Amino acid sequence: MNAPFPAPVAPNMYRYDEFDARFVGERVEQFAGQVARRLKGELTEDQFKPLRLMNGLYLQLHAYMLRVAVPYGTLSSRQIRKLAHIARTYDKGFGHFTTRQNLQFNWIKLVDVPAILRELADVEMHCIQTSGNCVRNVTADQFAGATPEEIEDPRPLAEIIRQWSSLHPEFVFLARKFKIAVGATPHDRAALQFHDMAVEVVRNAEGRVGYKVMAGGGMGRTPYIAHVMREFVEREDILAYLEAVLRVYNQDSRRDNIHKQRIKILINAIGPEEMRRRVDREFQELKRMGTLQLPREELDRITAYFAPPAFETGLPDTLPEAGPDFANWTRTNVHPHRAPGYAIATITLKTIGQVPGDCSAEQLDVIADIMDEFSLGEVRVTHEQNLVLPHVRKKDLPAIFAKLQELDFAAPNAGLITDIIACPGLDYCDLANARSIPVAQAIARKFADLDRQHEIGELKIKISGCINACGHHHAGHIGILGVDKKGVEFYQLLLGGSGAEDASIGEIMGPGFGEHDIADAVERVVGVYLAQRRPEERFLDTYRRIGMAPFKQAAFQKEAA
Amino acid sequence: MSAPVFKMLTANRLRDGDVLYRKGGGWVLTLAEADLYADAPAAEAALAQAEAELAQNIVVAPYLFDVRQEDGAVRPVKEREIIRAAGPTVRPDTGKQATA
Repeated sequence: MNAPFPAPVAPNMYRYDEFDARFVGERVEQFAGQVARRLKGELTEDQFKPLRLMNGLYLQLHAYMLRVAVPYGTLSSRQIRKLAHIARTYDKGFGHFTTRQNLQFNWIKLVDVPAILRELADVEMHCIQTSGNCVRNVTADQFAGATPEEIEDPRPLAEIIRQWSSLHPEFVFLARKFKIAVGATPHDRAALQFHDMAVEVVRNAEGRVGYKVMAGGGMGRTPYIAHVMREFVEREDILAYLEAVLRVYNQDSRRDNIHKQRIKILINAIGPEEMRRRVDREFQELKRMGTLQLPREELDRITAYFAPPAFETGLPDTLPEAGPDFANWTRTNVHPHRAPGYAIATITLKTIGQVPGDCSAEQLDVIADIMDEFSLGEVRVTHEQNLVLPHVRKKDLPAIFAKLQELDFAAPNAGLITDIIACPGLDYCDLANARSIPVAQAIARKFADLDRQHEIGELKIKISGCINACGHHHAGHIGILGVDKKGVEFYQLLLGGSGAEDASIGEIMGPGFGEHDIADAVERVVGVYLAQRRPEERFLDTYRRIGMAPFKQAAFQKEAA
Repeated sequence: MSAPVFKMLTANRLRDGDVLYRKGGGWVLTLAEADLYADAPAAEAALAQAEAELAQNIVVAPYLFDVRQEDGAVRPVKEREIIRAAGPTVRPDTGKQATA
């Protein structure tokens, strides 16, 4: 019998120091006071709204929604258990993992928010800057620190950016929200090029490690792929460079039109060359002042929190035999790890018929147990609304799979057509025009047969219930955008998007489809791919080769008949 | 010929966010119990009254929406309001539908 890992005191992740704890504690009490003043009428809703948004509290279609920050998607088992407790105690027993690696509670009472924030602070969590016109939660590659592909673990930089951008006095009231992502591998799992700003760890021609900085990407009403601002920024200069980008954005962006306030609009209005020139001017000034140099010792201090765990040596480095279901799961949900004998395991929260990203309190508790027993107490949230166990022994995979089967979270579909991103849509969201989740469920049911999913191969479907694109529809190989057509839900198809290293913006097919027709239209589109693909071609490759016309013709075939 | 369109008034309760509907001078939890406004002046008057009461800190974000009365039942015109009145279509165990 395999001895399980001893339950770790704490996984290899950042832990609050005295300053962090005091800062979060003071912020909780400050907001608790603001809630009390609002309830007593000392603050109007107009005065209170920006304060609650800066603390992650929205008023949605049915109730308040609280968005909890999960910095770069990393959670400990202790934090997962706390989220389960909050779901059970203050919500309706479940939470929802989002496309920004956060977790949302959908049924929160305003009067309970101070207590919830205190509970979160107990496990070094908060909701600060998960909404509002500020730098939002920093996201990262969910395989960070585990994948053999990376140049170095991007999480220390992500943590440094988090600290630098938390309540940064210059950037608390930006024109609009500002999203930053960090990656460190040629294979982009963090949708870097669709962020306001992104940092990729790179190595230059001399072999030195530094950072490539991109800016101006985004989805929403006006999607853009990010422009490279600078191919290589030295380690010690990175905060000065990021500050320079944000300063130019803060100073030069339009504040007169909500649709033109993101950095992507500024960069594409003045041109990337001019943006680079303005950023460089600020950067040189910041460098001259020298106040934002990142000392090597500070980088080392933060990096130490993320030191690789003491991986066991001499473990068997082959995947165990445990039956066909297990083999199917490992085929899509298990990825290579940097340490021999270890693997990265993806838990897709996309069992056929499930709400993508939803997780009950009971499931969270069991996942925490699995984390402690098999994954050094750590889990990662992905922007594709899945979870990842970053460090598991290959020999433990059958036991993990068995426990996930009991949880109904053992779907062998990571990266396949049923691993669908869907925003909360009109079922929950005050901004949505149409439902997203039922469309995802209908498509997943249509393609439930696993052999068929494998035959189709990698195909990323992403669904948004409005133009704000929380469901990343612009970046879907097949994207779906819900619109309101005279009070009735209607769905546009987009083809050819990608959020990976080959980033592209999906092309709108044309007129949309009704609620009951959209899944069939997707099936006809997939049929064109299967009929026309060449060996080794993914859906995206075939689309890029043959273009929209044959897909469009097939998609509307039924309507024409 | 489609049924005539009426107006109803909704808001969220401040302390817990619950969806409320206007009835008389107060608020009720279900759409079926709420007042129908047959014409724009009546609807606008109800909204103005609700906005004037915001300082009482009972509700937030009041607004009017369209409904039709068909076969004796009131049904919102837009899907958004149908879902708001019932709860998420993907979680029938939550929202007002759970206790209906």
